[in-house]
Amino acid sequence: MGASSMSIVVVALIFLFLFRESAPFVRDPGISSLAGSRWVPVSFTKQLFGIGPLVTGSALVTLLATLVALPFGVCSAIYIAEFAGPFEREILKPFIELLAAIPSVVLGFFGLAIVAPLVKSGFGLSSGLTALTGALVLALMAIPTIISISEDAIRNVPRSYREASIALGASEVQTVMRVTTPAALSGIFAAVTLGMGRVIGETMAVLMVTGNAAIMSLSPFDPARTMTATIAAEMGEVTYGSEHYQALFCVGLILLSATFALNLAAQRVLARHTRNG
Amino acid sequence: MVTQPTTDEMAFPMKVVAKDVNFYYGATQALFDVSLDIMSQRVTALIGPSGCGKSTFLRTLNRMNDIIDGARIEGTITLDGREIYDNSVDVVELRRRVGMVFQKSNPFPKSVFDNVAYGARIFGIKDRAQLTEIVERSLTRAGLWDEVKDRLNHSALGLSGGQQQRMCIARALAVDPEILLMDEPASALDPRSTARIEDLIGELRGNYTIVIVTHNMQQAARVSDFTAFFCDGKIVEFGSTEHIFTNPAQKQTEDYITGRFG
Repeated sequence: MGASSMSIVVVALIFLFLFRESAPFVRDPGISSLAGSRWVPVSFTKQLFGIGPLVTGSALVTLLATLVALPFGVCSAIYIAEFAGPFEREILKPFIELLAAIPSVVLGFFGLAIVAPLVKSGFGLSSGLTALTGALVLALMAIPTIISISEDAIRNVPRSYREASIALGASEVQTVMRVTTPAALSGIFAAVTLGMGRVIGETMAVLMVTGNAAIMSLSPFDPARTMTATIAAEMGEVTYGSEHYQALFCVGLILLSATFALNLAAQRVLARHTRNG
Repeated sequence: MVTQPTTDEMAFPMKVVAKDVNFYYGATQALFDVSLDIMSQRVTALIGPSGCGKSTFLRTLNRMNDIIDGARIEGTITLDGREIYDNSVDVVELRRRVGMVFQKSNPFPKSVFDNVAYGARIFGIKDRAQLTEIVERSLTRAGLWDEVKDRLNHSALGLSGGQQQRMCIARALAVDPEILLMDEPASALDPRSTARIEDLIGELRGNYTIVIVTHNMQQAARVSDFTAFFCDGKIVEFGSTEHIFTNPAQKQTEDYITGRFG
């Protein structure tokens, strides 16, 4: 009880701390200066703290990564839960868990050495360091989360649903498509949401492979700069208590709120799923 | 209430003939040389203590055991004279002809309509009018139409336990089976719902060949024409229900029926 309430206190303190460090910025240059589309934190003439490019970068990379990870993750989960034999499952599952355990900086190396050149030559770009490259690497990180939670959801579908469907003459594939997967849909949705939460908060791999140009572009083939990469790259060099420092805390607060909302949404869906299941 | 058949009704055409059936779950043998003739358009009850193989036998009749890893069957089971374990048999077609109702009602988390229409849709019927007709006919036959006709689009999970079970019967009837297998269909229901299911079995008798597994002696006596008594994976005695319940040939059967054992 003490230890678990400790985590609530920690989360609350983190929020409080972020609020405190970012509050002066909201007062002085004003919250509206965050709304711009140019992020130029170091300048001799005029500093600009428009987070437009950072939010766009994070959103673009997250959405692309989800688009890639969703079909892969859900199809793998269905296969492992419904069609794989016990032997296959025993081989597949540890590998998927291993994928989840790879340090993100190592995946960043992989992205730099393999994915970036492939994206560059595949799409004829001048640089392989793009939003798409980041999304592909991040998809690798989201896939294990999506697989293991979706698989749990599918396996938790009562056996009686499956039996009823089979007894009515449905084939295994029909049963999976019409009964099991729809019944597990809310769990699969939660899995995807948690996968997105993982992606949006990921820092090191995106910092290494997305090119980090703070430009406002929705093209997957342009470089992108995410909120996480911005904080990681700039926090080390910023003057303590400066406007730039406070602006980075604002970015952190927005980021935390986004992941918090995603996790909350996923948990609510999962809780409802368990009740009905 | 079903009228009790006389012994000469044993001469009804046989729908299913099982001969020397042995069944194994991996290394464990669950059925030993089971031979049983199931009469067309009559109710056959399978009774016996828990774990005696009656449910296992029931599930061999629509090949539900096929989906269990490591299950194996020997012997022959014919439906209208055709071996159902033959390689040429279409299992999907077999399961359409041999419907099943489970011990615990198992509606899909879908609307009542989508539940009952499930089998028809599996077989490719898409026409809404046709589906509506099938759903109404099946629910009527299961004696549920008047109770649910205004909430066909509500979730089936909102029905009462007894209604859910009758909806599962309707769902099984919707694909026009010839045989209905019922695995303790009323064991999870209250007495009133149980009575409704038993009445329903009486109404379906004559149009369907029904095989029912039950723990409840009175139920077997009330609804069935023939009774097979299973024990330890073997059939101890089989005959008309009247005969089994009034004048069993085996001491073991008599002990079980009178409640001295089991």
